[in-house]
Amino acid sequence: MAESLVKMENVSYAYENKQVLSHVDFEIQRGAFIGLVGPNGGGKTTLIKLLLGILKPQQGTIQLFGSPLNKFNQWNKIGFVSQKANTFNRGFPATVYEVVSMGLTSKIGYMKFFKHKHKQKIMDAIKQVGMQDYIYENIGDLSGGQQQRIFIARSLVSDPELLILDEPTVGVDTENVQKFYELLHHLNENQNITLLLVTHDTGTMTHHATDIVCLNKTLHFHGDPSVFTNLSEHDLSHFYGHPVNLVTHNH
Amino acid sequence: MFANFFEYEFLRNTFYTGLLIGLIAPLLGTFIVVRRLSIIADALSHVTLAGIAFGLLVEKKFGLAFITPFYSGMFFSVIGSVFVEKLRSVYKAYQELAIPIILSGGVGLSVIFISLADGFNTDLYNYLFGSVSAVSRDDLWMILIIAIVVVTIIMLFYKELFMLSFDEEHAVVSGIHAKRIHFLFMIMTALVIAASIRIVGVLLVSALMTLPVAASIRIAKGFKQTIVFSIIFGEISVIIGLITGYYFEIPPGGTIVVTSIIILLLAIAYKRIAFNLSRKKAME
Repeated sequence: MAESLVKMENVSYAYENKQVLSHVDFEIQRGAFIGLVGPNGGGKTTLIKLLLGILKPQQGTIQLFGSPLNKFNQWNKIGFVSQKANTFNRGFPATVYEVVSMGLTSKIGYMKFFKHKHKQKIMDAIKQVGMQDYIYENIGDLSGGQQQRIFIARSLVSDPELLILDEPTVGVDTENVQKFYELLHHLNENQNITLLLVTHDTGTMTHHATDIVCLNKTLHFHGDPSVFTNLSEHDLSHFYGHPVNLVTHNH
Repeated sequence: MFANFFEYEFLRNTFYTGLLIGLIAPLLGTFIVVRRLSIIADALSHVTLAGIAFGLLVEKKFGLAFITPFYSGMFFSVIGSVFVEKLRSVYKAYQELAIPIILSGGVGLSVIFISLADGFNTDLYNYLFGSVSAVSRDDLWMILIIAIVVVTIIMLFYKELFMLSFDEEHAVVSGIHAKRIHFLFMIMTALVIAASIRIVGVLLVSALMTLPVAASIRIAKGFKQTIVFSIIFGEISVIIGLITGYYFEIPPGGTIVVTSIIILLLAIAYKRIAFNLSRKKAME
């Protein structure tokens, strides 16, 4: 059986008096490409914040790479591309190279400098996402999809084993969304990076993910994408708490 | 034209101080501008004024030579920077509120200290608008120490400061001690402001931290280049401003700022011309 990188057991979380997650059991096994879907306010971002230790669960336990969250200290194994990544200050004068270099900042540590091997790593990460022609461009001059690739590269540069992406395709046009999923697919298949992708885009993702997880306060579904796409509208409406039209893309 | 600057010691002190602040003010200013904290420099400079007024008062009423206005100004500035941080965490949703509170507090205290010291005098005028003859040898040493400390800290914490400026949340998630580094940063800002006031004056010190950066950001690619251009523009402004200020007997604060505004306008014009040219080329 594959090693489990994330294991949540019976996790509950409430903001003040609003229950967001209740009794969630959730597991990510090495090599998976998990698409996390669910309605707005269903607790997707909260789940990620719990995984990253930004929030503490009020109930239940979380294990990362086999050790309890409060003892876990190999944060460089986890890469995170935030929903907010594309809301940065577009006038910020930083080149693609400089942005990607930030992925190594905490790994290198305080009062130490970038060395040749780090520079090589940064270049490799930029090549991995296919942005080598833009190394010295200002990040603000790139398109939304290109910027998103750069933020992925920033996470890749520290060699994560698990990459968590929170709605990375918001504001990216359809054609580039397609390319973006191909990139994720490549990272998952060829680089053995485990992926957890939070998204609204249930259609495209079902072609690439290995598992779909549907979250609305509790876990409503965890299984194969083909099963998910064949769910009746009635079932989905039950998960989401309101009527749903599943848009499928058949490419 | 330069000859006088090397002939007289007070001019030499001024010139060296000018070169030092022409380096550190835009260096720190680059971080201040990209973090959208430009206005904080203004608030802190007014707190520094309160400290200076306090120093002038003590000097006049009690004749205590060890509290010079320069040192009391620096002390107030550092305390002010701590207060800004405290207020920003008290008013999380209205972080900009910290600025009018600190700024008006600084001006209010200044008015009280100034009138207790029996009103305006030349010294105060020099502190407001800068002076070419106000830098003593001791001041120069102190400013040199500040410059060395600031440059060293920025080099040591460059990658963390850069990351915090770009995306604070991401920095925190990856384990950077945002609070401590930010605190260090605010203290440095306070020190640089206090160091610059001798030459550019309270009212214009924030200009030396922001205008060269504003020009640089228009034309630079990337963060390091922005810093380098900012420093170059800062130094040019200080050198031209000091020399013209001296020959026309104008406080250098005015001439330095006007020079940096001219540089800023040139940078904007250059960017526009370059943009139009590249568009023309693309259309051909």
